[in-house]
Amino acid sequence: MNLSEQLLQLLIAGLTVGSIYALVALALVTTFNITGILNLAQGEFSALGALLASSLCTAGLPLAAAFAVSVLAAAVLAGLIERAAVHPARGASGLTLIIITLGLSISLRGLALLIWGTDPVVLPAFSKGGPLYLAGAAVSPQSLWIIGLLAVSVAGLHAFFELTYSGKAVRACVINRTAARLVGINPARMSLFAFLGSGALGAAAGIFIAPVTLATYDMGFMLGIKGFVAVIIGGMHSTGGAVLGGIILGVLEAYGAGLVSSGLKDALALLVLLAVLLVKPEGLIGTVSGRKV
Amino acid sequence: MKKCKATGLAVMAALAAAIGLILSGCAGSKDSGKSGAVKEPYRVGAVIDISGSSSSLGIPERNTLEMLRDKINAAGGINGHPLELTILDNKSDETEAVLAVKKLIDQQKVLAVIGCSSSGPSMAMIDTVQKEQVPMISLAAAGKIVEPARERKWVFKTAQSDAVTVSRLVSYLKEKGLMKVAFLYMNNAYGDGGKQAFLEAAAAAGLQVVDEEKFEATDKDMTPQLTRVKASGAQAAVIWAIPPSASIVTKNFRDLNLNIPLLHSHGVGNQNFIDLAQGAADGTILPIGKLTVADQIPDSDPQKKVLASYIDEYSKRYGSPPNSFGGYAWDAFYLLVDAIEKAGPDRAVIRDRLEKTRDFIGVSGVFNMSENDHNGLKEDSMVLVRIEGGRWKLLQ
Repeated sequence: MNLSEQLLQLLIAGLTVGSIYALVALALVTTFNITGILNLAQGEFSALGALLASSLCTAGLPLAAAFAVSVLAAAVLAGLIERAAVHPARGASGLTLIIITLGLSISLRGLALLIWGTDPVVLPAFSKGGPLYLAGAAVSPQSLWIIGLLAVSVAGLHAFFELTYSGKAVRACVINRTAARLVGINPARMSLFAFLGSGALGAAAGIFIAPVTLATYDMGFMLGIKGFVAVIIGGMHSTGGAVLGGIILGVLEAYGAGLVSSGLKDALALLVLLAVLLVKPEGLIGTVSGRKV
Repeated sequence: MKKCKATGLAVMAALAAAIGLILSGCAGSKDSGKSGAVKEPYRVGAVIDISGSSSSLGIPERNTLEMLRDKINAAGGINGHPLELTILDNKSDETEAVLAVKKLIDQQKVLAVIGCSSSGPSMAMIDTVQKEQVPMISLAAAGKIVEPARERKWVFKTAQSDAVTVSRLVSYLKEKGLMKVAFLYMNNAYGDGGKQAFLEAAAAAGLQVVDEEKFEATDKDMTPQLTRVKASGAQAAVIWAIPPSASIVTKNFRDLNLNIPLLHSHGVGNQNFIDLAQGAADGTILPIGKLTVADQIPDSDPQKKVLASYIDEYSKRYGSPPNSFGGYAWDAFYLLVDAIEKAGPDRAVIRDRLEKTRDFIGVSGVFNMSENDHNGLKEDSMVLVRIEGGRWKLLQ
């Protein structure tokens, strides 16, 4: 394997892992922009989705059906949580809300531990067959599925925000809650939608990555952290930034491990995070909030 | 008010009656008709990785310990003393392990401690047991848990040391003429121990380690590390890890189409590894205790009987066959019971008895401890297996 093949192989690995981070970051940013809440329980929806899908698959349901049921269940759960835990505290400060989501994250992880135990579970790959080869580098089909899901999610969210009436209503809420309410938009309903959507997206991401990473009750924590780092790199206010941040993080990790030293993988990614925070604290694609109006 | 008092009295009476019943019941069952009074229970502790990243090791170990405790108490305990075994979960974490072992020693006043399942937490407990002078039997692999023996007076272990496993692998590689080897290991005490032992043995045998890579226990994709292995021109790869990361790296290995032999350590010696690798484990070669291939070893093997009865009892109780990790717990349990039986409830004498263990036929091998060897297992305690069609096949 020569250097250019190596670089390509690492890029593919980085893109796969980066897309995983980007999906979580995307869900985080969407919720944050609509509700002002940084949902630390976001990763748990991925874990629950993947675990549930695996159980349903083992029970004999076809993969597509298991996927649909799990995504729906995660969305409903996210909606219920919004009504039960976030909505009653909507007047509280941002810090309080973050701590509420932290509590939710721990409870959901505990619930998953009770139901599924500590052993990792598997989910079959979506398409059969071995890896494809691209100029000497191997690409597993599941990687393509993951990158595809990211592309579809980005396109879907973009279309929703730019082209639909509800999307515009959501954006109005983001810009100014009070003014949006004055023109007849209900911010409370938007908050519910945000949780439903991010729950579904989180679960879908979890199910797509489970054939690669295996599903465990505690996978959500690490996903949440990496998603959060991606959001910081990319900027809190932009879906494009979230995607970019996730992919940068994944590619950096891959090149760090593959070219420098496998021990430096996490250090390199965190150094970039520090550099971004020092030089451009609003993120790579960031605008200081509230100035756009 | 009056009624309330009456109810309270009734409850108390019922409680007293219940306690009386339980006490008499215990006396009846545990004493098995010897001297009459209940003998003081012997307290023993265990600190096991029941949850967290090493839970695939810890759960069969906990199951085994619970099964053996019930078995020994049903048969009248140790010299008539019931065995009180407290099993604590260290969550695969060093700090939790130290807290747990302190709790066992300070509060439960245990005679000895079994644990932990993995090397990191085991290493973390050593200081405490050495200071408190409590015998400890680890179930983990890293050789430095019991080496150097003079600094590990109170520490023993039942899993084969890295040196034993490594010599098996190195002689295989040499025999096949695979002289350029890549070594991958997980970044924790288990991986580090394996790396050290492997590098030493490889250098001694004239093998050339052309690439060294590490990964985290929580990593989800080891393609970058394997890409380097592929570029290094290695003729074989040796991986030192436990599932799930061992399974993921094996999957990545197959996806990258690395056409070189893949060797693992005994850390993947459970069905979990094969299941999680989803078919990628086929063709993998690893050294393993005889338990996994008990049905394939010859009848003349001294361990055959012990293996068969352990498999039988475990499968009956838990509905699935045991694995090597449960076997480490089996050995630790009976080594300890054996020592307590001869020594009585005295930590120092128990330690001395453990060190004098000779020809103890266990699940992991035949133990011969000595002042310089607190593991007591030799190379013959392991066999090489190849995974074929998701099953272990003894390699001749």
